[in-house]
Amino acid sequence: MASRVNDERAPELKGFRDVQRLAYACAEAVAARLKPGVTERDAARMQREWLRERGVRDWFHLPFAWFGDRTAFTGFKVPLQFFPTNRQLEPGMPFILDMAPVYRGFTADIGYSGCLGLHPLHDRLLADLEVHRELILREVRERRPLREIYEDVERLMIRQGYANRHRAYPFGVIAHKVDRVAERRWSPHVFGFGTQSLKGLLSDAVHGHRDGWSPLWSPYRFSDHPPQPGLWAVEPHLGFRGTGAKFEEILVVTDSRDPEQSAFWLDDDLPHVRRWAEERVAA
Amino acid sequence: MSLRDLPGARERRVATGGIELCVVELGEATRPTIVLVHGYPDSKEVWTQVARQLAEQWHVVLYDVRGHGSSTAPVPLRGGFTLEKLTDDFLAVVDAVSPDRPVHVVGHDWGSVQAWEFATVSRTEGRIASFTSMSGPSLDHFGHWIKQRVARPTPRRVGQLLGQGAKSWYVYMLHTPVLPELAWRGPLGKRWPGILERLEKVPPGDYPTASLPDDAAHGAWLYRDNVRTRLRRPRADAYAHVPVQLITPTGDIFLSEQLYDDLESWVPQLTRRTLPAKHWVPRTRPDQLASWIAEFAAANEAAPQGGIPVRDTAPKGAHADRFGGQLVLVTGAAGGIGRATAFAFAEAGARVVAVDRDADGAARTAELARLIGAPAAWAETVDVSDEQAMEKLAEKVAAEYGIVDVLVNNAGIGLSGSFLETTAEDWRHVLDVNLWGVIHGCRLFGKQMAERGQGGHIVNTASAAAYQPSRALPAYSTSKAAVLMLSECLRAEFAEKSIGVSAVCPGIVNTNITATTHFAGTDAAQEQRLRKRTSKLYGVRNYPPEKVAEAILRAVVRNQAVVPVTPESHAARFLSRLSPGTLRGIARLKPPL
Repeated sequence: MASRVNDERAPELKGFRDVQRLAYACAEAVAARLKPGVTERDAARMQREWLRERGVRDWFHLPFAWFGDRTAFTGFKVPLQFFPTNRQLEPGMPFILDMAPVYRGFTADIGYSGCLGLHPLHDRLLADLEVHRELILREVRERRPLREIYEDVERLMIRQGYANRHRAYPFGVIAHKVDRVAERRWSPHVFGFGTQSLKGLLSDAVHGHRDGWSPLWSPYRFSDHPPQPGLWAVEPHLGFRGTGAKFEEILVVTDSRDPEQSAFWLDDDLPHVRRWAEERVAA
Repeated sequence: MSLRDLPGARERRVATGGIELCVVELGEATRPTIVLVHGYPDSKEVWTQVARQLAEQWHVVLYDVRGHGSSTAPVPLRGGFTLEKLTDDFLAVVDAVSPDRPVHVVGHDWGSVQAWEFATVSRTEGRIASFTSMSGPSLDHFGHWIKQRVARPTPRRVGQLLGQGAKSWYVYMLHTPVLPELAWRGPLGKRWPGILERLEKVPPGDYPTASLPDDAAHGAWLYRDNVRTRLRRPRADAYAHVPVQLITPTGDIFLSEQLYDDLESWVPQLTRRTLPAKHWVPRTRPDQLASWIAEFAAANEAAPQGGIPVRDTAPKGAHADRFGGQLVLVTGAAGGIGRATAFAFAEAGARVVAVDRDADGAARTAELARLIGAPAAWAETVDVSDEQAMEKLAEKVAAEYGIVDVLVNNAGIGLSGSFLETTAEDWRHVLDVNLWGVIHGCRLFGKQMAERGQGGHIVNTASAAAYQPSRALPAYSTSKAAVLMLSECLRAEFAEKSIGVSAVCPGIVNTNITATTHFAGTDAAQEQRLRKRTSKLYGVRNYPPEKVAEAILRAVVRNQAVVPVTPESHAARFLSRLSPGTLRGIARLKPPL
């Protein structure tokens, strides 16, 4: 039965997996080109151009880049502060690249944390994200209400000594649904968000509201329901005194009764997952 | 203790310009050299304790400045004490004790004034590796400082001029002929040790030495030969060619802190330190000085050999000048205010002992503290209410990490519920942790601080509930009110030992305390519901523990007695003094739970 679920969705999942890989490849390529003096705007443009050259025409949201203490969202109050600024990268600074391209009708939304040079604290944060990935998957499989999982993630962060920075995200979300996006010749974006994807999210919200669920995974009451089948872009974000780190990738939730198949990460061959594996080997 | 009691001290005499200097060396001569220069009216014995500690790792050199101690005096005295001649002396000593390697210079008072000359004239270039200055400005910088303030006299600058002018009364006195000599050889010389003990809290002992009246009489020429000429015509090129560490005692009655405001323009590589002490720090704070001197010298030994330069290793957090290298112990450090406080001290460069009964949480705090700037951090698992465990902790900390400079008694638990529902067991538990935990901390670590006799600070976390009565928190408020009173009593007693005591009253802060608070007279389900509800209220209030940590560091720096933190805590404190009846009225209200 497990494989049947997989088979049915296999072509669709492959499309999502491809675009997620493309986005991570972009992040790694751009990260490799970052050097002192590059601004957040430059980094965002580099991501945009790299993906455009490879056929991306639409976006769930335009690429972001945060440098230095902006990786921990220090002083973030209004959503406009998310947009790339002229902050320059300096040696030893952490950075986050975040992008959500739409490719052949499939969406990805990824977050990539890196650092220009050695930064033991940043390494620690990245390493500590691993348990969050495990915790989220385990609790989704247990079909715990999303709001409760959110609170458990936050509790874990506080126990680790960190601040929960996705509190600063719009609606405080830790994840949002992603879906296929209709390809249109003209796909404008407003405030950095693609209108086609927003339309999808909005229609999910309307339907969900009727059935008692929400496409946003947040600490609020509207997320007080078990995980809804579909694809969720999950993005736990740790902040600690001016240094921040996150990952973002797609979690597949199905209505299968087999726990293994009821939820799984779309792809396990991603930079942060490889990094944890390498660290384990080194240890 | 005088130098002669120091094990391994080697004395020699160095001839220079017709006089003989008495030079003493300690420690292995193959190691890098630290030269300690004394001030007025001292002799090299002022450094005894500092030298003894440094000698474990360094080659330490002390000498009596010409005309002081066992060195001979120039004839005639007039004109024999110019900074140029003192520089000759210094170079002669350095050539004798460390011919092929630059030395680290440390100067106190006039020793520092001299050493500023050494660090800023070209003929010593390459002979000095670093300079640690305390309580002695460069006369050239001082001259420029005065000129700038006279040239553009804003009210603030005039205030600074008059303030320093008043503090320099003794400089004018020393310019009178003959009288100072008579005073020193007569009554002042006899009374001086007593004056130092009383005003400066210098510990009694065999310092100053018997040569004091002569030293002081000769040393008057330090002032007469240099002050007027330098202040009138300060050198324009008095830039330091070595890294400088400036240690400023905040209670110095002879020098104001503003003297060093513009120092960055003269010193390209400046590290600032502040010390809550009076003028004679080599006698009253030898441990702290030895550790800062050694740390700075070591950093500058590493730098020329491809190591990390001093600037980058210096901590950048708030009050780093004050807490760098100090030992700070925080209880309840696994979360909330305790953890945030440990991190704030770590960012200021302090060494941190994180204590909690939650071993994992304390270990985590210590690990992150190291990552954000603490040179060292350790975790200790102790229940603060356990007297024997606390005694063991105090012994272990003293033996392995040293005497605590700042103690933060923060561990505490919540207890809510009306008096009639609070059981004797509840009472015992909350008093054991909240009050006895603080008593044990103050008793054990406070005793160690007092015995060391080099100052320190104790912070006790009380609560706004300490002065805000409430029908919902009788036991908790009682325990916290006791902590507040204990802190104030202790503050009175410890003042004479230069140990400050502060009580911090945070108010409603978003921490884990609400999730573990016991609600008396409720069953498990009800308690869980109430915990959730209060946690939510505290979450909505969302006052971050980091701000309490900032207030704690500030309280230590300013030695504040009672520190309300949140606005509601301030308001309650204000009302408790202005109109306690209002607070009693509020106390009758049922809490919205």
